[in-house]
Amino acid sequence: MRNLLRLGYLLPVVLILIWGLVVIIHGEDTLREKTFTLLMFVGMASSLNILLGYTGYVSFGHIVFFGLGGYFGFYLLAQHDWSLIPASLAGGAMSAVIAGLLGVAVLRLRGAYFALATIGINEAARAFVTNFGPFGGATGLYVNFSVYEAYGGASQALWSTFTCLWITALATIIASALVKGSRFGLGLMAIREDEDAAMVMGVKAPQAKTLAFMISAFFPGLIGTLYFFKNGNVEPGDAFHLHMSIELLVMVMLGGQGTVFGPMLGAVTYEGLRGYLLTSPLFKSLHLAVSGLFLLIIVLFVPAGVVGWIRHRLPITRRLLE
Amino acid sequence: MFSHLLSSLSDGLVLGFVYGLAAMGLSLIWGVMAVINLAHGPVIALGMFTTYLLFYQAGLNPYLAIVVVAALGLLFGLVMYGAAVHRVIDAPHLSSLLSTFAVNMIIIGIGTAVFTTSPRNIDFAIGTLNLGPITIPLTRLVAALGAVLMTVFLYSFLYLTRPGKAIRAVANNREAAELMGIPSSAILALSFGLGTMLAATAGAFISTFFPFTILSGFPYELKSFVICVLGGLGHPLGALVGGLILGGLEGLVPIFMPVSWVPVVEFSLFVLVLLVRPTGLFGAK
Amino acid sequence: MTLLQVQGITKRFGGLQALSEVSFTLAEGEILGLIGPNGAGKTTLFNVLNGVFPPDKGRVIFRGEDITGLPPYEVARKGIARAYQVVRPLNDLTVRENVMVGGCFGRGCLSLGRAAQEAEGVLALVGLLDRADQLAGSLNVAQKKRLELARALGSHPYLLLLDEVLAGLNPSEITAMLDTIQQIRASGITILMIEHVMQAVMTVSDRVIVLDYGEVIAEGLPQEVVNNPQVIEAYLGDPKMAERLLQG
Repeated sequence: MRNLLRLGYLLPVVLILIWGLVVIIHGEDTLREKTFTLLMFVGMASSLNILLGYTGYVSFGHIVFFGLGGYFGFYLLAQHDWSLIPASLAGGAMSAVIAGLLGVAVLRLRGAYFALATIGINEAARAFVTNFGPFGGATGLYVNFSVYEAYGGASQALWSTFTCLWITALATIIASALVKGSRFGLGLMAIREDEDAAMVMGVKAPQAKTLAFMISAFFPGLIGTLYFFKNGNVEPGDAFHLHMSIELLVMVMLGGQGTVFGPMLGAVTYEGLRGYLLTSPLFKSLHLAVSGLFLLIIVLFVPAGVVGWIRHRLPITRRLLE
Repeated sequence: MFSHLLSSLSDGLVLGFVYGLAAMGLSLIWGVMAVINLAHGPVIALGMFTTYLLFYQAGLNPYLAIVVVAALGLLFGLVMYGAAVHRVIDAPHLSSLLSTFAVNMIIIGIGTAVFTTSPRNIDFAIGTLNLGPITIPLTRLVAALGAVLMTVFLYSFLYLTRPGKAIRAVANNREAAELMGIPSSAILALSFGLGTMLAATAGAFISTFFPFTILSGFPYELKSFVICVLGGLGHPLGALVGGLILGGLEGLVPIFMPVSWVPVVEFSLFVLVLLVRPTGLFGAK
Repeated sequence: MTLLQVQGITKRFGGLQALSEVSFTLAEGEILGLIGPNGAGKTTLFNVLNGVFPPDKGRVIFRGEDITGLPPYEVARKGIARAYQVVRPLNDLTVRENVMVGGCFGRGCLSLGRAAQEAEGVLALVGLLDRADQLAGSLNVAQKKRLELARALGSHPYLLLLDEVLAGLNPSEITAMLDTIQQIRASGITILMIEHVMQAVMTVSDRVIVLDYGEVIAEGLPQEVVNNPQVIEAYLGDPKMAERLLQG
């Protein structure tokens, strides 16, 4: 806990705290929607970073936990009348359990083989859900408008969902900082650098990796439930979007993998850039190509990401950016 | 029932050759430089559109167009290697995954702007082959033959020519190959070019019998992953066999369960093979 | 008192007999040198001892406990640490953090805070204290070798496996490293070392074991072993080594 008080860990937490508060006090719908998307990606990218940045396992299937957990939580909401908070927690728990089960098997694979397996898992999950009756098959599930009554009307329900998401994003950042500043996190980073050497030094790699996988899967499940509840429906295409999974990797890399602040910065920058390109008359039709070019330049010339680059160039910032 | 099975299976197997050809490109690149080319799908789509343009704008017969597509595919790969891959060839996997994905985004972005995403097709038919219950459009049969020819070509190149032998040497041990005077950068670029050439050619063949959009490469990219894992990452011939297995599955599975279960079976098998035999069903090591 | 008993360890890789019936004991506080021509199975023996792979036959008894076939992280927690021949520092962690990994996950199972404190002492011992906050990747070879040692010591082992820690060092660095090794032994840690720098291993070891083609061909005091005709013969396959052996 004492570690959390380090300046570098406090900064992102405080920023998210203020940001959400400002939006809630301001009370405007379009700002809320925009912030919802940004905070969602902050949470997704930060949770991915626990696996990717600290443990060094490249997952292309992070979105599968958003999809499966979100589907499960939404199913409880829509079909069993659970309320939002327990349903989203159950969605997160479901994702963590699935990660635990998968992790035991999949985390034995290293490098590109692991990356490929995560693509396979995502596609298998998507195809399975498309055929799975209780989850509505290819058409998915939706909630009746009347469900929102329990939250004091649709508008109020959207604000409650936003608040939950904001708290989730905060929790993700705090979890990320706690992991990084802990003995467990040191073990993960030892695995990232050299798994065999880490084991010889006493790091229980199989258990540590699985636990990291579970933690990183918990938050997407929670976020997924909130997101689908906000939308009022869920369908396989939205839930298991491989492209989005890769964009999460881009965000983590852009901001700086293995740092607490980086994924958050990367998520906001990437989404901000996309928003700008999509609305700019000049780039509108080419937004994907411009983002791609931008990504290519980052990967080729700034592989440590923004935070990594700043830390390297200006050592004085190291205490501030962790 | 039996005739139904026969025709479904033969459909699948004939397509399997083309799947195999597409996957061979991915497999070759992986085998030589341990890079997973995430721009594989868009390159397949580029092959489709180049054939389309040559057919409608230049009035070229699609089979002649394929020769041009192959040459352009090779060229594209050389350029892509130099621009996006060479700098990250020794970096951690994430870098090359993301740099090739960036190329994917660029191709899809420009492609969407130029061609939109409405489906195109090449209006070209050369009749069908009838063998009892089996009816195969000749365009598909030619594509299957083309895939076999390309495989023969690839193996002759790899085993009989100097640059081909150099590719094998670099794939085996890059450092040792360099010590023996093989210019490894040029060889890596050439391998990458051959990989994209195979992908673009596969796209060209597919465009002669299926409608397509700029996004159409993606399902084939996913199939290529499955095929490479079935046949063993890095073994081009394994890719052809893996393609036949996948094609066979696609032919057989719908007989026993709804067709929408096909991807469930495919990807579960994919993950399972990765876990149990990461070197592929026929992998040597 | 016996710290380690190796009993009839046998290991095959496909057609290659890497180790056959290797047995020896190691007393507490001893420095035991392990020598032999390249490919004799020395590093394989280390891998078996710290659990990287299990032996086909035989047992490893450490402090009266059978640790055969335990995974490497369990072996580390029992108190066996290892410094690699090819240095493998965790490049993106600082020197201090590298040592802390040993402390946190080795026998001590320390908390982060304690491990950070103890890392200071260990870094002082190996002479890297002034570089504690540098990234491990930025050290030079000799410093990396010392970090390798510090990392192993950070775990408070009973037994330290040293795999060619002198290789690649210049003569003055070797002398300094030998001093450090003596200090480590003086602090009560038993050492089993693979070494090719013959003169060094002969001065620092209490006893020497010679492996050849996976078998123990000689065992005894350094002077006895050097004059053993079988040992000389084994090294004759490797003229350079033989020359070095005779100089030593």
